[in-house]
Amino acid sequence: MSTSGKEPVAVVGIGQTKHVAARHDVSIAGLVREAALRALADAGLSWTDIDAVVIGKAPDFFEGVMMPELYLADALGAVGKPMLRVHTAGSVGGSTALVAANLVAARVHRTVLTLAFEKQSESNAMWGLSLPVPFQQPLLAGAGGFFAPHVRAYMRRTGAPDTVGSLVAYKDRRNALKNPYAHLHEHDITLEKVQASPMLWDPIRYSETCPSSDGACAMILTDREGAARSPKPAAWVHGGAMRSEPTLFAGKDFVSPQAGKDCAADVYRQAGITDPRREIDAVEMYVPFSWYEPMWLENLGFAAEGEGWKLTEAGVTELDGDLPVNPSGGVLSTNPIGASGMIRFAEAALQVRGQAGEHQVPDARRALGHAYGGGAQFFSMWLVGAEPPES
Amino acid sequence: MPRTSRHARDVAVVAFAQSDHLRRTDELSEVEMVMPVLHQVLARTGLKAGEIGFTCSGSSDYLAGRAFSFTMTLDGVGAWPPISESHVEMDGAWALYEAWVKIQTGEADTALVYSYGKSSPGPVRDVLTRQLDPYYLAPLWPDSVALAALQAQALIDAGETDEPSLAAIGARSRAAAEANPHAQLRGPVPQGDYQVRPLHTGDCPPIGDGAAAVILAAGDTARRLCERPAWITGIDHRIEAHGLGLRDLTDSPSTRTAAERAGVFDAPVDTAELHAPFSSQEVVLRKVLGLGDGVAVNPSGGALAANPVMAAGLIRIGEAAARIHRGESDRAVAHATSGPCLQQNLVAVLEGDPA
Repeated sequence: MSTSGKEPVAVVGIGQTKHVAARHDVSIAGLVREAALRALADAGLSWTDIDAVVIGKAPDFFEGVMMPELYLADALGAVGKPMLRVHTAGSVGGSTALVAANLVAARVHRTVLTLAFEKQSESNAMWGLSLPVPFQQPLLAGAGGFFAPHVRAYMRRTGAPDTVGSLVAYKDRRNALKNPYAHLHEHDITLEKVQASPMLWDPIRYSETCPSSDGACAMILTDREGAARSPKPAAWVHGGAMRSEPTLFAGKDFVSPQAGKDCAADVYRQAGITDPRREIDAVEMYVPFSWYEPMWLENLGFAAEGEGWKLTEAGVTELDGDLPVNPSGGVLSTNPIGASGMIRFAEAALQVRGQAGEHQVPDARRALGHAYGGGAQFFSMWLVGAEPPES
Repeated sequence: MPRTSRHARDVAVVAFAQSDHLRRTDELSEVEMVMPVLHQVLARTGLKAGEIGFTCSGSSDYLAGRAFSFTMTLDGVGAWPPISESHVEMDGAWALYEAWVKIQTGEADTALVYSYGKSSPGPVRDVLTRQLDPYYLAPLWPDSVALAALQAQALIDAGETDEPSLAAIGARSRAAAEANPHAQLRGPVPQGDYQVRPLHTGDCPPIGDGAAAVILAAGDTARRLCERPAWITGIDHRIEAHGLGLRDLTDSPSTRTAAERAGVFDAPVDTAELHAPFSSQEVVLRKVLGLGDGVAVNPSGGALAANPVMAAGLIRIGEAAARIHRGESDRAVAHATSGPCLQQNLVAVLEGDPA
């Protein structure tokens, strides 16, 4: 399988909504259009410059609209153009960006708008995920109940002290204060407040869980020629991959799924990364429950098995640490589910474009965007750089 | 006949399988419905799931009645060791498109594409109303047959067809389906009463459950896996405005654009597999695609003989490819649709190597 013939893909426009618990002032169409218009403005482009639209979101039940791309075609300027709708559970925001990137890489289209959204206030995500199905494992009233035992397994396996999760939440919520688009802006946050918050799914506390957000994220992807015309620096895609494994099977490692390891390995191979800890400057990681930071540090190869929590505890993943994780505040501060993966990808791109504002990691040259979904079975990742990939 | 691929890599449909399409399959879960089809399509190439470069599926949570329904069917693929995989919440024809793009990037040489839908658990006419504009249209619950009837009446008013001509389309489709062991309705089927004027029962698709799968392969791999690959020489899809008042329902500009981009008009086609769930929609598609009387239209029986929602579009590509595999077609057009009154359309051109 050769990848040498691919067109380099550049991110030249990024737009997000200000994420909040409920956007009562806009329809779903109004919400997605807001993000799309910001991405177009960022890229200095208009609707007519867009050749195709790739849209993603998590289950249709979250808003109660079946195949919403049909209704959203007009709002996203897609009339007369190709429009694809991706749905790969929680990883969908990342997968959607990768499908859009492939359209450019394959030279099928030159400039593509990709967008992901969730307007959770239209419905109730927890119960949207909890529809009972006979003879199948229910998701146990939302995602927290499903993931808590795996966090517990991680703690038991690595001997991590039970303070690590609250450190992650405290860090991400502080980072969010520097991100004007983040949902939670807890100006009075303290570590003690995180630790004193109610236990929801032992060992996951209230302040260690993601909020429910309304929001959308859009990106404009283009080819080498498009990037040359871009008014602002581009982020270049150096590698991207998706991996999936079954939900439930004997031998599945819920603490560090093989699909996550394989996905990261594929991205690093494409990008020529041999030592991710040294060669990657910032990570936007999908951490919906705080303990997933140390877990994914190991799964993504930033730490040896059993050592991820030590990086967190030592402050390595702080905004001013030497491997900043979730400078944007991450999923813990902003979670419009279907968009959350794309926000990770977009925030990684913002970092290498030098456009991340107050939460900019100084001189970030290479950044990883990461998303996962389902029962920790779907993974999508990309690595973006400030320089075009070597051809 | 020389092939005229417009893209970097030659990609072909090398195998196709589908379930028998049935009015209800209460005894089967979606996974149980899909698994035999996956096994059949893999067996046709001798490939194992782990040897496939990319896997992509199409389905709908709304039909399944639960969120993340596709995660369970993925288990049926046997995704271990982990696979490179994606899913579109669309008809499987669009999953095939995503897989075709993936192969064009060079990151995969083969792809497994599958899709499925069970319409039997709920009233599918009501379910499909949920795909309409949620603020202005969906609250009125206009169902898929009523919307298609508006389109049919517009065609009759424009002098493009009449009720007897529509009845003939239904009769021809179901007669053709006699040779298709998977079809749900076969042979003489009464035209029946009006469902919504001017559409009779015979103008409307049967409601049923079904699944389909296709394997794509590039270049020499395709030649190794299939005696006569069905090369996808062009594929494109386009969407139109959602509001029916914004569209001329007697036309399908999205199909026309997609067909131009796919190269349909570069040379004559001998076969057309059209995803026209309503007889009146075949009238629109024939006109836009410029299909003359010499073209075999829906020799499988089409969606009027079996319309498993989410798979019916992929089946059109599979049926067209299968005719090329069997040497019954040299250049075929396959079409898939989504949304009310042909809102979104995909067109593919498939060609066989000269004999």
